[in-house]
Amino acid sequence: MLPIYWLLNMSFKTTNEIINTFSLWPINFTFENYIKIFTDSTWYMGYFNSLAYVLLNTILSVTAALPAAYAFSRYKFVGDKHLFFWLLTNRMAPPAVFALPFFQLYSSINLFDTHIAVALAHCLFNIPLAVWILEGFISAVPKELDETAYIDGYSFPRFFIKIFIPTITAGIGIACFFCFMFSWVELLLAKTLTSVEAKPIAATMTRTASTAGYELGLLAAAGSLTILPGAFVIYFVRNYIAKGFALGRV
Amino acid sequence: MSLNLTNISKKNLFETHIYSSNLILEKNSINVLLGPTLSGKTTLMRLIAGLDEPSTGKIYFNEKDITKDKVQKRNVAMVYQQFINYPSLTVYENIASPLRVLKHEPDFIHQKVIEVASLLKLNNFLEKRPHQLSGGQQQRTALARALIKNADLILLDEPLANLDFKLREELREELPKIFTKRDCIVIYATTDPMDALLIGGNTIVINEGKIVQYGKTIDVYKNPSDLISAKVFNDPPLNVFESRIKNGIVNINNIEFHLSKSVSKNLSGNYKVCIRPHHLKNKKEEIDDVEIEGKVRICEINGSETLIHFDYNKLNYTSLINGIFNYSIQDTVKFYFKPSNCLIFNSNNKITV
Repeated sequence: MLPIYWLLNMSFKTTNEIINTFSLWPINFTFENYIKIFTDSTWYMGYFNSLAYVLLNTILSVTAALPAAYAFSRYKFVGDKHLFFWLLTNRMAPPAVFALPFFQLYSSINLFDTHIAVALAHCLFNIPLAVWILEGFISAVPKELDETAYIDGYSFPRFFIKIFIPTITAGIGIACFFCFMFSWVELLLAKTLTSVEAKPIAATMTRTASTAGYELGLLAAAGSLTILPGAFVIYFVRNYIAKGFALGRV
Repeated sequence: MSLNLTNISKKNLFETHIYSSNLILEKNSINVLLGPTLSGKTTLMRLIAGLDEPSTGKIYFNEKDITKDKVQKRNVAMVYQQFINYPSLTVYENIASPLRVLKHEPDFIHQKVIEVASLLKLNNFLEKRPHQLSGGQQQRTALARALIKNADLILLDEPLANLDFKLREELREELPKIFTKRDCIVIYATTDPMDALLIGGNTIVINEGKIVQYGKTIDVYKNPSDLISAKVFNDPPLNVFESRIKNGIVNINNIEFHLSKSVSKNLSGNYKVCIRPHHLKNKKEEIDDVEIEGKVRICEINGSETLIHFDYNKLNYTSLINGIFNYSIQDTVKFYFKPSNCLIFNSNNKITV
């Protein structure tokens, strides 16, 4: 808790106070840092950009992973286990490895510096993760549930949407949460693949820090706001996460 | 209305699950599919339901070939051994779901749900979710869903196996009543011979992927067509002995007795003689009862019955006696059986008596 408290503490101080005095709480309490962030478009657009590609990525990852996880769980096909493992190995390489190919690829097809570019790049490690999580949840649902639905007369798409997805909401919730978090904290790819239009907040923070000297108060305020979405999402999925741990897939 | 399976078989690369079988089931019948675990009961039901496609053969319903029809097109209902309900829906919506798919009027659906729910005593739980119910109530919900849509075929795959003793007895009594009023073919798979006897109707005996015998339950029980059928239909297991019969005199293990008069006196040769455990009693009832002086090996009292395993002359016998008898191990006890209760099979396993 201490670093978070210190961050909050700093965000309500002026940069001068941070550098020159040591105090456990702000002496000259100020909202100036926050006001600056919410009024200066280079700042708040950073949040907007980050949220845009993170949400886009979460939706893309989970929609792509759902059918894949269903297939891995329900059907046997040649090499399914190898493919499943291979998916996970994508998580094992550091994202930096992929920065150059992505940069080159997106530059050549004019996707550079767009939200979708970052969202797609993050799919690289988020889809395998989502497949892995969802597969566990889907395998916990007996196959007989699917069959009962067919016997009751449901067609596959109708069953999938009306019965199956509500049954595994916990898994979908967790998959969304992890996709959101990993995409939100990933900096290297996001920074490499953007310049102005889709610049993420984390990049904004580093750049501002280097050009305008030490604007520590402003940075602290931005940092505090960056924690918020994660905390917000965690609050909603906290019950599901326990379930995920029980299944051994989180 | 009739269901006709012709030369149905199911195999995969490595093993055969169902050997080529024929079966004709008539309308308004309750058919008990009786067989030990892994005998192919579930496989056969999946073929009938249309969840799997048979490797060979055809399935006709009302003379119409439905072999290639998908599950959704066949008007079937199925209840599994595990309690399968839609966890995200309330009990009410669970029961209503087959009718919702068929796009019936909401008023009609409501009326039907209430009707079926009261039949299965679920009225007080309609707004709950399946996981808030007890096992018995969950299975009732699954049964209600199977009943609501007037299916032509209702498949019950060991529906009571996962229930506790009390609930099983209770539901087992209710089930036949529920199904007799319906215009449909019911197939009820079970491993328990008691289920078959209590439910009545017809019995299909299946063992190792082969349909062994089919007929009225009581006939199948009384006159098993061969040893396998007799074994499947007995729990605790049948006492089977190799024996020599000479001019109607049976010799098992140095116990000699005459067969009942109805049997030809000329019967001679090697046979298998079987005695059902509950026909081995510890009281002499008639003069011609045969006596065995056994040494008790194990004596189990389960409720109002006593199951006794005893030895006589190196052979093991099993006896099930009504009432409680507390024998100690190594006690010498006299057991009796009536020759007329013996089942006799020849070497081809076909019944001779």
